[in-house]
Amino acid sequence: MSATDVPPPYSAVARHGVSPDVAHDEAARFNFLANLNKALAGFSAGNKLAYDTRVLPAFEAEHGRAPKDRFEIRHAMNRDPWHRYWSALKRNSMEMRQQNGRSMVLRQLDELDAKARQYNEGRDTLVLDPSVAVPRYQSAIDIHCMPGSYHGEERPGDVSAGANYDCGIFATTGGGLGALNDGGGAALVDWIRRERPGWVPKRILDIGATIGHNIVPLALAFPDTEVIAIDTAAPSLRYGHARAQSLGAYNLKFVQMSGEDLSAYPDGHFDWVQTTMFLHELSGTALPRVIREGVRVMAPGGLMLHLEQPQYSDDMPLYEQFIRDWDAFNNNEPFWSAMHALDLKSIMVEAGLPRDSLFVTGVRAVVDEEIFPRQDTGVEDHGRAAVWSAYGAWKPSCPLPEGERVDLREAQAG
Amino acid sequence: MVDWIARAGAKAKGKRPQYFEDPAVDRTLSIVMAIAGEVAVLRERLDTVERLLDAKGTISRADIEAYTPDRQAGAERGLLHKEYLARILRGVQQDMEAMAEKGPSVEELSRELRDL
Repeated sequence: MSATDVPPPYSAVARHGVSPDVAHDEAARFNFLANLNKALAGFSAGNKLAYDTRVLPAFEAEHGRAPKDRFEIRHAMNRDPWHRYWSALKRNSMEMRQQNGRSMVLRQLDELDAKARQYNEGRDTLVLDPSVAVPRYQSAIDIHCMPGSYHGEERPGDVSAGANYDCGIFATTGGGLGALNDGGGAALVDWIRRERPGWVPKRILDIGATIGHNIVPLALAFPDTEVIAIDTAAPSLRYGHARAQSLGAYNLKFVQMSGEDLSAYPDGHFDWVQTTMFLHELSGTALPRVIREGVRVMAPGGLMLHLEQPQYSDDMPLYEQFIRDWDAFNNNEPFWSAMHALDLKSIMVEAGLPRDSLFVTGVRAVVDEEIFPRQDTGVEDHGRAAVWSAYGAWKPSCPLPEGERVDLREAQAG
Repeated sequence: MVDWIARAGAKAKGKRPQYFEDPAVDRTLSIVMAIAGEVAVLRERLDTVERLLDAKGTISRADIEAYTPDRQAGAERGLLHKEYLARILRGVQQDMEAMAEKGPSVEELSRELRDL
């Protein structure tokens, strides 16, 4: 038995200035959940067995053909007793994670709010704007079964949503994102150092930053860079700003703003525009708008990078598309399914980037493997593994003349 | 002060999928899994008490709350959860194995053996 078979204890999670105090039994609850999630990921093989041995043969017998898409597979699998039981267990693990995290955070909300205030009051690096509306695609349903989602408040001005989100990522990923849940951000630092050694962007924009766990490593890696993290959810920003300040990321400013409207910034303002695990939380109309605005505020020669789970393509088996879709229907991720079927490249081309400037690359979380061992034991926990596809582009240094702009239809044909 | 006990279990907005024909089965599974979690918590707390007693001979509640496992103890306790989960999820695991099983049923086997 290797050490990678067991997640680290919750006590290995790093502390920062707004970390909740963790009672003995609260840590034990997260330890149980981290292990439960790992066990359920291992049992996912049963879904494939159920599909191969009975669901697919029954479907073929009934319809005289194989399923034509992931939705047909889902409807057939939702009648299978194995898949139902596994799904019910997994849904419960999500709900328990929320109850456990909220129980810990809410019992000490007074102290947490006070801690956050110490880092937030009087700082010009936190800019809240109550006129920014929470978009309907964020308010219609509580994403990840997280009561109140990223923007909910138990009382006006609190940090409960951010604190609960932060503390529970460990349980959901079994520690896969490292001691500060920042393995994604650390991976970006690692990637850019290899991709463009010596490059120091002047300004970075992180859209949909929530508590800033993916942007703090970039701010710390580029201390002379002006870094802006935007989100529409004030409670997440309040918590994220205090968290970032306590970790020494003083060049990182949190602004309440929608990625759909970046009119506060002029064309070409940022050298680096990014999102991490955010695009799947946008509606079908918001997503292209966010990318279009992102391209507009990018400087010539600048970088756009979107960290996401891999998109569905014709090359991806339908069964894999179905199992990757699980969160969409069982973990309150209403846009997950449709978003992952989009042709992101064409959306980026339509937003004004030449097709030959686009790239796709793989990114794996960078964590302290002494404490948070890499969990590549062959079990893929679809949607939760700390492995992403980065959809990116380097904006051409000189804008294309009007007549030479890439036409979307041509680009798609190409 | 927020009523944290009540609010901790707030329902997330969005219709919950129903996994079983009888909604009582869904509800019972939620209760069973929450109890399973709490038993694991008790087991871990007992492990803390045992380790502290081993190390110090006598302990206080504050010692328990302040206890942080070292690398070795953390790994051993992780294994404890893993082993515990394997035990309570045994039925699920065996259902999974059964799907891969090609052999005859006990009834068929008994008929076959009788006629040997």
